[in-house]
Amino acid sequence: MTEEIIIAGFGGQGVLSMGKILAYSGIMQDQEVSWMPSYGPEMRGGTANVTVILSDDRISSPVLKKFDTAIILNQQSMDKFEADIKPGGTLLYDPNGITRHPERKDINIFKIPGAALAAEMGNPKTFNMIILGGFLNVKPIVKVENVKKGLEKSLPERHHKLIPLNIEAIQKGIDSVENVQVL
Amino acid sequence: MGDVRLMKGNEVIAEAAIRCGCDGYFGYPITPQSEIMETLMIRRPENETGMVVLQAESEVAAINMVYGGASCGKKVMTSSSSPGISLKAEGITYLAGAELPALIVNIVRGGPGLGTIQPAQSDYFQAVKGGGHGDYKLIVLAPASVQEMNDFVDLGFELSFKYLNPAMILSDGVIGQMMEKVELSDYKPRWTDEEIEKISGSWATNGKKAGSERNISTSLDLDSAKQEVFNHKLQAKYRAMEENDVRFEKIACDDADYLFVAYGSSARICQKSVELAREKGIKVGLLRPITLFPYPTKQIQEMLGQVKGILSVEMSAGQMVEDVRLAVEGKVPVEHFGRYGGIIPTPEEVVEALEEKILGK
Repeated sequence: MTEEIIIAGFGGQGVLSMGKILAYSGIMQDQEVSWMPSYGPEMRGGTANVTVILSDDRISSPVLKKFDTAIILNQQSMDKFEADIKPGGTLLYDPNGITRHPERKDINIFKIPGAALAAEMGNPKTFNMIILGGFLNVKPIVKVENVKKGLEKSLPERHHKLIPLNIEAIQKGIDSVENVQVL
Repeated sequence: MGDVRLMKGNEVIAEAAIRCGCDGYFGYPITPQSEIMETLMIRRPENETGMVVLQAESEVAAINMVYGGASCGKKVMTSSSSPGISLKAEGITYLAGAELPALIVNIVRGGPGLGTIQPAQSDYFQAVKGGGHGDYKLIVLAPASVQEMNDFVDLGFELSFKYLNPAMILSDGVIGQMMEKVELSDYKPRWTDEEIEKISGSWATNGKKAGSERNISTSLDLDSAKQEVFNHKLQAKYRAMEENDVRFEKIACDDADYLFVAYGSSARICQKSVELAREKGIKVGLLRPITLFPYPTKQIQEMLGQVKGILSVEMSAGQMVEDVRLAVEGKVPVEHFGRYGGIIPTPEEVVEALEEKILGK
């Protein structure tokens, strides 16, 4: 199994840390992982993206042009990455702020109202974990228990009290995916 | 399994330095490698192993602090990115001229000049052919993964003490900034004064012992006859490196009709290109030089009876391709493909280049 993922949105949405938690979860189930961020001027405000690969085998290129899954969290990223999803691949997006919805007919498309749900939970910082939950619904490539282990390993001890809230957000995400187009 | 983590290449350089018993790091910040010193500053190894971490006032100061530490037989290092390495070039040739061991890390960014903070491999000539003045060589290691960023710190020190010659880790913003799974090395204690005396006592300037000549650390000898003899000695050392310490990796070469030659992050991209090309029925392999000096010239030559063409892939306008051509001596076509100025080629682009430049002929 190899899953090649791009996560793209605004800086500050937790795009990079969501990728990191996903990668750590892969390590917890003995997979090879890579996490390649955009680190240029964009991380200093504006769009941010990260390529995450989880694989049972040695990973070749950490830099990719085509993805199995794109997780899109703003309009700029939709415009940039919709075309880069492999035919038969998956697009998961938050419709918040999206003015031009995806048009591809040869991919699976799912929606998750991450921003709205985070507001409902009263904590905008849960946004990226809700989105991660949405991803795990459509691509259950890592187990939630391994995400929990990943959080335990990657977060400093003083933040461990936040893990239950994160797991709750992931569960909310898992339960809140809407099918737009399933091949 | 040992201590397995998810870490950035740059962070791993710092962690590996602490764990391999490094005595001192002297640096000056520059993107995309500032995490090396940042990580060291956060880790505060002076409390743990006694390793000194110091932000110098400039790159020039940092490399000369390295010279000072190395003269005393200490395991010392510095790191920078392209423009900063240019500033260190004088100090690097002095290290080579004084036959001092040291580790220099270059996380390359696009140039020339201040260029860009994005990844590039356009410092190959500088690392492999000189950079500073004089007939000298660095041992140049090119990691292609975060794991190799860990492994090559210790290896770099090992080789630099073996040959009494500075070693360089030549990486770039891709490997420096990305995170991968890494198994960190076990801790090795720093050398004691007694161990340093045993290992490097014949040259280290740690105080004259009764009954022995004083040691002098210098790259200056105004007697040309002696200087020529010294240069012969250096050249013999470089030939010994070529004889004994070439490192490389071959991927999918057994049945290959064509060959990519690529190092570092380009080699990772080419690994994917090998997969994509083979899906199209093109039998291509990858030869990845791990040491850029000494270069795997013989290993490329060994492929010549088998492959019909070679594509050298680098994030530069074509630097390593010259060494591929020197190895091939015109026996098969050798072409270059590169993106530069901070642009990373996609695996698909590399396959297209192979089809156009090599198969199309």
